[in-house]
Amino acid sequence: MMTIFGIPTQALFGQLLLGLINGAFYAMLSLGLALIFGLLNIVNFSHGALYMMGAFVAWLLLTYLGAGYWLALIIAPLAVAVFGIICERFLLSRLYKLDHLYGLLLTFGLALVIEGLFRQLYGISGMPYAVPKELQGGWNLGFMYLPIYRGWVVVASLVLCLGSWLLIEKTKLGAYLRAATENATLVQAFGINVPMMVTLTYGFGVALAAIAGVLAAPIYSVNPLMGSNLIIVVFAVVVIGGMGSILGAVITGFLLGLVEGLTKVFYPEAASTVIFVVMAIVLLIKPAGLFGKRS
Amino acid sequence: MIMKRLMLSAAALALSAGVAQAQYSDNKVKIGILTDLSGTYSDLAGKGTIVAAQMAIEDFGGKVNGLPIELVSADHQNKADIASSIARKWYDTEGVDAIAELVTTAAAIAVREVAKEKGKIDLNSGAASTPLTNDKCSPTGFHWTYDTYAMAAGTANAVVKSGGKSWFFLTADYAFGHNLQAQTERVVKANGGEVKGSVRHPFPNADFSSFLLQAQSSGAQIIGLANAGADTINAIKQAKEFGITQGGQKLAGLLVFITDVNSLGLETAQGMVLTTGFYWDMDEGTRAFSKRFAERMNGKMPSMVQAGVYSQVTHYLKAAAAAKTDEGIKVADKMRELPIQDFFAKNGKIRADGRMVHDMYLAQVKAPAESKGPWDYYKIMRTIPGDEAFQPLAESTCPLVKK
Repeated sequence: MMTIFGIPTQALFGQLLLGLINGAFYAMLSLGLALIFGLLNIVNFSHGALYMMGAFVAWLLLTYLGAGYWLALIIAPLAVAVFGIICERFLLSRLYKLDHLYGLLLTFGLALVIEGLFRQLYGISGMPYAVPKELQGGWNLGFMYLPIYRGWVVVASLVLCLGSWLLIEKTKLGAYLRAATENATLVQAFGINVPMMVTLTYGFGVALAAIAGVLAAPIYSVNPLMGSNLIIVVFAVVVIGGMGSILGAVITGFLLGLVEGLTKVFYPEAASTVIFVVMAIVLLIKPAGLFGKRS
Repeated sequence: MIMKRLMLSAAALALSAGVAQAQYSDNKVKIGILTDLSGTYSDLAGKGTIVAAQMAIEDFGGKVNGLPIELVSADHQNKADIASSIARKWYDTEGVDAIAELVTTAAAIAVREVAKEKGKIDLNSGAASTPLTNDKCSPTGFHWTYDTYAMAAGTANAVVKSGGKSWFFLTADYAFGHNLQAQTERVVKANGGEVKGSVRHPFPNADFSSFLLQAQSSGAQIIGLANAGADTINAIKQAKEFGITQGGQKLAGLLVFITDVNSLGLETAQGMVLTTGFYWDMDEGTRAFSKRFAERMNGKMPSMVQAGVYSQVTHYLKAAAAAKTDEGIKVADKMRELPIQDFFAKNGKIRADGRMVHDMYLAQVKAPAESKGPWDYYKIMRTIPGDEAFQPLAESTCPLVKK
């Protein structure tokens, strides 16, 4: 059997594929963060809590209304986005003129409140959520067994990321958005409703987090802290990619999934730290991040 | 003459007051529940342990030899420094006579040091690690519900004897995980099994697919999960997803609580073998307690840690009443002397190292079709006699054990 550094190549392929799947979650979450930071200048620390809300709404729909996975995939993001929009209108919008730090503090506080509420209501150990019937089972790829559901996660994530990128880079709406990021006052002078656009962008970013939450529900434990464990890594991804760079966030998400996957094979103890080591190195060499522009 | 009589009666008064004070400090017995009220362990321990302690005090009649019993509680947030500073404050200035529950080994050991130094009682229910009854043992410290030795011995023995000879471990990379893996390996090897390998995963960890594939390619029959809480839940959930269990390999959860099974759902958890110190649906006594407990906890049945707190608080109160004092050493001696007889422990006894020896149970998680409703999760397969379940006294490294 062929080996690379003592690991059979087949096993290595398997691990790379798994890394890509994890990268899909990083990509979806960091995309939302990058979008929000780009337009709102808010470092959205409540992103993890909103991801958790997505998963919990899916569970609530199933438990209390009998609504299955596919319906949840549509309703949960909408419901969480509405919640996000309310937060943006009544809280965040007051902070745009202030330093980044205030937005960070507010969203961090929000995250604590949301997580605390869910912990109080549903406890800490999490809720069961099964893989939908249509996506159970798996394919034998020869080098590994790939659950159909994991394949679906990668496809869904790629479609979402690509779709968002096209929307922002290739459509007129995206052009307004990018213009507003550069100079909001000028764009507003042309008669475009910038505050409305800001609100909708925040809603969109939040919806992305909620979709990631629903996608995660069947494979990870659905508990109130599931977001806070992930959000730190996702922030590292955004920093490595370059704050505000959308393509950077997506590519870095997948890349770091791969790096983490490899670490899990060669030195598993370091799997949770490797991303931060990469972050430190990138910041030393390119302080604006891999895809960021120096402002 | 009058003067003399006055002095005599004054002396007698002082003497009697002095005696009363020596018996029960502050003229009451005060118990503190120090636990995780907000973190990872707040479901299996947490608020439920306060409720269990309240029930124990009410069932005892609320008084020890006519003096009131008081209960206080605090959140140690699973941090050793917070736990030890609360313990110090409680023992020193707030007149707490015994601290109970103490989930998380680091917090438990921190409180043990303080209690030992002050000659006060500490009663462990939630913490798992064996050092509490080995080199960290104390004349006034007790370990009640379970420990890593009992969990490993119970589950690993049963699994190896039913043919699961080769093992691969997924181990949480911190003291508890290492301890649990070492204890299990010992049992596996002693029974003629072999260990094919292990992987240490970061704590906490959400995605286990990579580690599960490594376990799969090892070819081991059994994948031992030397972790707890959300890590165990994620590993089991994903093992099913990756077809590990369908492929013939079996999972052995080495520390699984009923709250974990509740969170996994029977569909995913069915068939799993585990060891537990208590299950609510065993006999009249356990059902009666659990029903009353559930009424106060929104229908949740007690975990073994919560039931253990009821038992330890009750036993402490009995001993404090029999010893006619709340002085640490004297109550501790009485606790060792009296047998423990309640719904939790039948013929339980406390050894020199502070271990409360009682029967443990080997259980299997029911299939969804076998379950009659919420919390109907386990089939008890075997009662593991206390002497077989826990580490033999001869192997203890506790200095209090005379050899």
